[in-house]
Amino acid sequence: MKKDRKKRLFGVLLIIGSSCLGIGLILYALNSNLDYFLTPSELKQSDENVVLSANTRVKLGGMVKKDSFFINENKVNFEVTDFEDSIKVIYEGLLPDLFKEGKGIVVLGKYIDGIFYADEVFAKHDENYMPPNLELN
Amino acid sequence: MIKKFFHQFASPKSFFAIANKFGKPVLVFFFLLYFGALVWGLFFTPPDAVQGDSYRIIYMHVPASFMAQILFVVMAITSAVFLIWKLKLAAYVSKSIAPIGAIVTFFALFSGSIWGIPTWGTWWQWDARITSTLILFIMYLGLISLHASFENKDKADKFFSVLVLIGVVNIPVIKKSVDWWSTLHQSASITLTSKPTIDPVMLYPLMFSIVAFIGLIFGLVILSSQNEILKREKYKSWVKNI
Repeated sequence: MKKDRKKRLFGVLLIIGSSCLGIGLILYALNSNLDYFLTPSELKQSDENVVLSANTRVKLGGMVKKDSFFINENKVNFEVTDFEDSIKVIYEGLLPDLFKEGKGIVVLGKYIDGIFYADEVFAKHDENYMPPNLELN
Repeated sequence: MIKKFFHQFASPKSFFAIANKFGKPVLVFFFLLYFGALVWGLFFTPPDAVQGDSYRIIYMHVPASFMAQILFVVMAITSAVFLIWKLKLAAYVSKSIAPIGAIVTFFALFSGSIWGIPTWGTWWQWDARITSTLILFIMYLGLISLHASFENKDKADKFFSVLVLIGVVNIPVIKKSVDWWSTLHQSASITLTSKPTIDPVMLYPLMFSIVAFIGLIFGLVILSSQNEILKREKYKSWVKNI
């Protein structure tokens, strides 16, 4: 390889390398701030650290706990769990089609005195795709 | 001999000649192939057990999202080749990819939004996967306007290529975003390391649609590069003689 080409190759690698380093440091510093939601155990922990005021809207994510779903006075009640901890959620409104016990969910709302008052509910579907008849087997 | 072949192919003139012969047939072939993949996916596969028929947009969303990232990687390679070997053709190809990449990325975001409404219950959320893909879209737009803003096109090629190399870091971030952070977007169904989590009856048409879409988009890139060559070398004798 000619000398000037080698120099330019070095320049190209330097650009990519420094860009990687810069973005890497930014992402490292932001770390968990880039998380889309908190798990029930994370939310309980941050509550103890008094990070949340009563008016902070947060997102809670996990699985809808089996046999926790019921409707009371037009309000939907269920629990979100990460299999270590679970939080009771109260919500008034329409649920997405994919809402199901044992499936992934993200709720947006306020966490007050151990109960999560959700304004919005999103279903989080997984990466498995299969025809309906196979699921029964 | 390899070196000679490389030098010949890499000249805009001979690339143009080859592209002129194969560009359009390739494009038409893969267009029909992609059309076939869509028909297969939309009409001849069973619905998904959880999502029902709405999952079928996967046959457009996944190829588009995949190509949105691959095009940027290809652009980074051609940009590096241009910067190191001063190969004009590589710069022309890079510049031609940017608008196509922007459209494909927009399509990936758009089809994702359509998919999100019935499944997630929302068409837009600022999770890591969606946001990093939006950044990719904005970078494509930025590259297009950067190149357009220079009067001196040789200078434009240089700055364009450097910006591509800086931006290519975003690609692994998009790819790994669903693993590094919690996201609303599900993680990958098809990986190199483990068995696909998508049933074979849906996997085959999906693979077929991805391959066809790759061919279709590269066909477009070839045609667009031809256009760029003619524009940039219009004062050369071989262009005048066409």
